[in-house]
Amino acid sequence: MERDKHFILGVYDDEDVLLHAVKDVRSSGVKIHEVYSPYPVHGLDEELGYKRSRLPIAAFLFGLLGTSLALTMQFYMMKFDWPMIIGGKDYAAFPDFIPVTFEMTVLLASFGMVGVFMVTSNLKPWAKPRIFDLRSTDDKHIMAIDIANNSSMEQDKIREVLRSSGASEVNDKSFDE
Amino acid sequence: MQVTSSVREPLVTGGKTYHDVTHDVSRQVEGKPSIAWFLAFLTSAGVLALGFIALAATLWEGIGMWGLNKTIGWAWDITNFVWWVGIGHAGTLISAVLLLFRQKWRTSINRAAEAMTIFAVICAAMFPVIHMGRPWLGAYWALPLPNTFGSLWVNFNSPLLWDVFAISTYFSVSLVFWYIGLIPDFATIRDRATGLRKTIYGALSFGWDGAAKSWMRYESVSLILAGLATPLVLSVHTIVSFDFATSVIPGWHTTIFPPYFVAGAIFSGFAMVLTLMIITRKVFKLEDYITMGHIELMNIVIIITGSIVGIAYITEFFIAWYSGVEAEQYAFINRATGPYWWAYWSMMTCNVISPQLFWIKKIRTSIIATFILSLVVNIGMWFERFVIIVTSLHRDYLPSSWAMFYPTWADIGVYLFTFGLFFTLFFLFAKFFPVINMAEVKSVLKSSSEKVAK
Repeated sequence: MERDKHFILGVYDDEDVLLHAVKDVRSSGVKIHEVYSPYPVHGLDEELGYKRSRLPIAAFLFGLLGTSLALTMQFYMMKFDWPMIIGGKDYAAFPDFIPVTFEMTVLLASFGMVGVFMVTSNLKPWAKPRIFDLRSTDDKHIMAIDIANNSSMEQDKIREVLRSSGASEVNDKSFDE
Repeated sequence: MQVTSSVREPLVTGGKTYHDVTHDVSRQVEGKPSIAWFLAFLTSAGVLALGFIALAATLWEGIGMWGLNKTIGWAWDITNFVWWVGIGHAGTLISAVLLLFRQKWRTSINRAAEAMTIFAVICAAMFPVIHMGRPWLGAYWALPLPNTFGSLWVNFNSPLLWDVFAISTYFSVSLVFWYIGLIPDFATIRDRATGLRKTIYGALSFGWDGAAKSWMRYESVSLILAGLATPLVLSVHTIVSFDFATSVIPGWHTTIFPPYFVAGAIFSGFAMVLTLMIITRKVFKLEDYITMGHIELMNIVIIITGSIVGIAYITEFFIAWYSGVEAEQYAFINRATGPYWWAYWSMMTCNVISPQLFWIKKIRTSIIATFILSLVVNIGMWFERFVIIVTSLHRDYLPSSWAMFYPTWADIGVYLFTFGLFFTLFFLFAKFFPVINMAEVKSVLKSSSEKVAK
């Protein structure tokens, strides 16, 4: 059966070997498709040249939305829509509005950020992920090299680069899509 | 690859490899449940069913089923509510505050502690909801929903309403935080499974593939959620304490309540985590992951928070005397020497004296002593809330209205119901979900002993 997507996989056993390997592989001119790990490896995103995640900005903006929604709601309901004297306080008893404002800020910041995370990382119950190697969620780090992106280089040369960078195995994997 | 350190106490003992971590945790999910699990599950489901009779009777007949009277309008219901919310504080504290402080030992206990938090908050929320009498109308009283009265809105000046927002935010944010952590572990189980299990855990894992980019975002999300959850966890029990502190009842109207309640919450939460963890590590043979080091560290947290709680009790008493307010002074003398003296002294013994035993290394590193003391602490914390609520109310401003509170079978039954619910949910979690955060344990497996690995 003819398949469309062809990858060369480097399998690494150790996170420190992997970090050096990413540097070596990139400096030898091979473009890395992605690295799959069973746990977060610190510094890997920098070695791969990824830009810092902008999720904190999303969280901040959603939090700001939560703050303004909560304050608007409380001032509208308590001061304008149905003003009532409660405990001899001003209709707009601002200090009393702080707890609900805080909670709404946290709620919207969290849910907004997680929502953005789900969308950008394509996380959904019906998602069919491309699994390069089942061991990548157990104990191996898998470096995937897309052959189509490295057409200028011999495939054997790529395999040689992976092997000399410390990969314990070098495999091939193809996908239909 | 085995890694052991000669420098630091290892967080995971037994020279575990990455694959061992996967195997030891996943096998609980994959294997047939043990007899011990079945017995425990059936017992808690039985308690749930028995308690349901009391719950159904309360919903059918109304709050009159409880032992409340015109003087004591709040008793076991609010006691149980505050008690469960307090227990629900340890999970987020462990996962959020200890993450911000980079305490790596949290990795093997955070999953179960967070699960416990979520279940405890569910149990807590039961009580105010049942206390509404007609909970099917409760949404109109608790949430700012448009209604036919104009709209007549909820009262945003009331701490009871702040509580609605605090507890529901806390519950949802904790649930999200917990689930985000579960996603990579569900993917691990998915990749080991075949057939139906692969489909189910595949859906639960949301298509996680462990890509470096996803991990980068995952770490970013965890850090921000921890940063948001830390003030959140402190705000929740602060707001719970406002329910009392903003009132004008002697014994309640004190500014010390917020920090004192938060310390008490962490105190009882850690005790419950210890109770559950000691059973879980034994039943699931996870002694290499939840080590004596973990138990000792949690016991140290119990000494600290227990001492804060003790100082708060004494300060409260001192301030009552120092304030010169007779009603306030009477409320406190009455707590210690009045008809509820036994509740007060149970609280003092269990919460102030017993945790001090943990200064002795032999006791704090003994499984049996820790287990017993963890139960004692939670009994003491229940009495604390009972003392604050019932003894402050039972002798109020009008001596002709003084009364005592006697729980009915429905009071006891509804409390049992929440126990059944809590343990049933926990045992289901322990069987079908990975009880230890595999990915996070793997991430500290090497760095906690890097001296040897390099």
